[in-house]
Order: sequence, then C-alpha cells, then structure tokens
Amino acid sequence: MSAAAVTFSDLTLGYNGHPAVHHLSGAVRKGSLTAVVGANGSGKSTLMKGIVGMLAPMTGRCTVASGMRTAYLPQQSEIDRSFPARVVDLVSLGLWPRRGLLGRHRGEDRHAIARALMAVGLEGFEGRPIDSLSGGQMQRALFARVLVQDAELILLDEPFNAVDAKTVTDLVALIKHWQSDQGRTVLVVVHDLDLVRDHFPEALLLARRAVAWGDARDVLGAGNLFKARQFTEAWDDTAPWCEPGHEHAGAHAEHGGHV
Amino acid sequence: MDAVFELFIAPFLAFGFMQKALLGALMLSVSATPVGVFLMLRRMSLTGDAMAHAILPGAAAGFLLFGLELVPMTIGGLVVGVVVALGAGVVSRLTVQKEDASMAAFYLIALSVGVVMVSMRGSSIDLMHVLFGTVLALNSEALTLIGGVAALTLATLVVFWRALVAECLDPVFLRSVSKLGSPAHFIFLGLVVLNLVAGFQALGTLLSVGLMVLPAAAARFWAHRVETMCIVAAGLGMASSVAGLLLSYHLSLPSGPAIILSAGVAYAVSVLVGRRGVIFTLRPRTSHRTA
Repeated sequence: MSAAAVTFSDLTLGYNGHPAVHHLSGAVRKGSLTAVVGANGSGKSTLMKGIVGMLAPMTGRCTVASGMRTAYLPQQSEIDRSFPARVVDLVSLGLWPRRGLLGRHRGEDRHAIARALMAVGLEGFEGRPIDSLSGGQMQRALFARVLVQDAELILLDEPFNAVDAKTVTDLVALIKHWQSDQGRTVLVVVHDLDLVRDHFPEALLLARRAVAWGDARDVLGAGNLFKARQFTEAWDDTAPWCEPGHEHAGAHAEHGGHV
Repeated sequence: MDAVFELFIAPFLAFGFMQKALLGALMLSVSATPVGVFLMLRRMSLTGDAMAHAILPGAAAGFLLFGLELVPMTIGGLVVGVVVALGAGVVSRLTVQKEDASMAAFYLIALSVGVVMVSMRGSSIDLMHVLFGTVLALNSEALTLIGGVAALTLATLVVFWRALVAECLDPVFLRSVSKLGSPAHFIFLGLVVLNLVAGFQALGTLLSVGLMVLPAAAARFWAHRVETMCIVAAGLGMASSVAGLLLSYHLSLPSGPAIILSAGVAYAVSVLVGRRGVIFTLRPRTSHRTA
C-alpha cells in the first residue's frame, strides 16, 4: 500500500451555501492515474479547484501530501486566445513555480521549454502567435506548459474537449508516460467513458458525492452508472441544511482499498 | 531648412512654457501608454474613461478648499480614484455584479458629486480648466509630479510584468500557481489612477485618458507582442505630443485637445494602414502558400 498524494476527509466544496462536492472521503494514491467522471455539474471541476486550493472547503479537508508540486490545467475556455502572446510565452508561464515573479529565465529553462514542445509535437512552434493555433495545437501547447511545470501531482480538467482523435491518442500516451514511467500522480476529468475503460486504471465517479471509486472497469459498471444518472444537477433553495453527523447514503464510496 | 526649423524647432527653443509642456507630455506618453496597452488587452479601455471621470470630485474638492493648486487637487483626485477603483473591484470580486456595471455606478456617482462641487464655488471657466487642463501652464511642481509618476509606473511595470501578462492571458492559471492575481489587478488599477491624476494637470480629467488609450489602441494594429506594443504606443504618444503642441502653437488651438486629436489621427491612420488594419485585412489574396 503506497502513500496518499491527496487525501479528502469529509470534504464538502460548493458555492453560495450549496454543495458541489458533498462529503467526499478517500485518498488518491501516489503514482496513480485516475479518471474523474460524472455528469455536468457533478462536481468534477470543483474538486480540481479544491485540490489546487482555489476554493476553500465548506466542511472537511483536502490535503495534498507535503512537498508535492501541483500542476493544474483548467478548462481551455478560460484562456484569452486573442492576447498577443507567442506559444513560447504561454508555455513559459509553466516556469512560474520555479522562477516566480522576478527570477530570470535561464538557459536550462529554455531547454526545458524546447523539450516540452518537442514532446507534444509542437517543435518549431515557439514563435507562433497563439491566436493562430488550432484547438488541438492549443491543447498540445498547454500540455507543454504542464510538462514545464514538472510537478509530481498533475490535474487536468477536460483536456480532451474539442480535440481530434490523433491529438487525444498522443495526449493520452503522454499522460500514461507521466504516470507509469515518471511516477507522477495524475487526475484527469474525462467525459468519454470508453477512453476511460481503455486507458485509465482507476476512476472516480462523481454525482456531487462519490458514487464509486476504484478500478475503472468496476466503477463504470452498469449499476454505478445507473446510480449516477439519478443525480439531479439543480440546486434546491428549500433543501434542509446539512447537519453534522447526518447520514449520507453512499457518501463514503468503496474505493478499492486506496487508504 | 529654415522653414523646417521655424515650424518644428523654434517654438520649443523660444518659449520656456513650450519646453515644459513638451517635457510633461513626453513623460506622460512614456508612462501612460504602456498602462493603456494593458487596459486595452484586458478589454478595460472604457474603464480608463470611467476612472478619468471618477477623479473629478477629488480634484474638485481640492479646488474648492485651496483653489487652483496642484498638491491638494492631486491628492484629492488620487484618493477618490483609488476609492472608486477599489470599490468597483471589491463589488465585482465579491458579488454577482461584473466590473463594468460596478465601475459605471461608482464613477457616475463620483462625477455628479464632482460637477455639483465645482458649480458650488467656481465659475464655468474653472470647470473648463479642471475638465480640459492646461498643458501650456505646467510649472516645475507639476513636472516633478509627472516625472515621479512616470518613474514609479515604469518601475512597477517592470517588477509586475510577468504577473500582469499572466493575469491577462490565463488568470485561472495564475491563481493556481500564485496569490498575486488579485494584488496585481489592484496595483494595475492604482497605476491607472496615478497616471490619470498626473495627466489631468496637463490634459484635464476628461482628456488625460486619451493619451493612455488612443496610442495603445493604435499600437494594436502594428505589433504582435505586448512588449513591442508598449514601445510602439509610447512612440505614437510622444509623436502625438510633439504634433499637438506644434498645432496648438501655430494654429492657436487649445493644447490638450490638440495632443489628443493628434493621437486620434494616429489611431485612424493605424486602423486603415496598420499591419493588422482594415486595408491589410480586406485586401484580396490572389496567391497562397502550400501549407
């Protein structure tokens, strides 16, 4: 049994008093590759923001193992594509954790950027303005930024949206390489369940609470998917307040002996 | 040769007030235009305009209490500008309202208070002075203020450059790696206020935003990168300052509006013939590359 990279203890995250992730407990193993699946509004992106620390818990805790650097790739729609930046400017943002606001970018940093661009198949794209990139090229550039961040824990929020099949194949190969060859811990929000079955060893099925968590093929069984479909996205402004000690049916899902 | 000298050089050599006006306008150009570039890239150009209106009551309060004096009017403008920027920023970050609406609300309140205050004491000539400035009457006190603001602005831009770029390009990413996102935003708004206050002695509260926004908007049509955009904008701002002062001198035009009008001409020309302007975009393509 290996150590936990991220531990959730009775974690509730949400907005305006409504939970988006409800009483989640469990742990993400170090060196594991986990797909986070679930309907729109089921709390996947919220969970990512909670792990990064961009959203404070309403109750409970979310702990990232000490000393683990985190790289987070938000959904693409949050980036200003019209901003006058080149690919190298976008990718070099990934140097921030090492160089910060004022640290000078060194020769080794430039090599790291060149290597990252080569790894994602964007060699020679350094000087291209980002508004001239296709959707797939943009996503490759963002993966290069994740590479430059050189983090032990990698969180990717819907990285395969509106990306063509070849790019998905290349990016999935890169993700598996990060996990299996480099021992990084990777969490990926994915909608394509076949992709999860084919490539992801583990999955967390969210429907605000954890419906199931563990071996991907077990998690994506018909019973669990049916349970997840019962989930309604809507907030209820008349819902009773959630009291401590309240029994949350299924909140502590099975998760394959992670902890 | 003599004619060139008479037209372009002599006015600045002959008169001290022209030299001071030139120095003030050039320093403002170097300082305010990069701020304008970031305003534009954040789609906040109109926020600059709103802020310019917002500093009026502060300047008016200084004017009411101390008359047409630089220091009290500057401090008043700074205080009210910062209050409006912070207030609008806090409302937009803590509530459902977006910054355009909260900024509009704050500046409209400030503007109406300012006009009421000026009309309580002053004549309409005083109001005109506050609104449109007098670059030809810049004294060394005002030049020191503009120089100080320019130095502080450039130093702040150099220090926070990476954060400002990241906050524009991918604010969520910046929040995931650093806590500098919100501070960078407010520091930036502070620079906007500082430069507007520095500019209003020369150009008036209403037009000081012109030297900030017009050269930046024009530079967008020439440059592909933020760095070059700032340099082009500063160059256009300086050229507009020289051209405006000369126009004002030779044709007896009010100097502030003449400078902004020159910047307006630079913008119009850039829209038309810039590398990314209308003509370049619309020209028919008869040839294409293989890939």
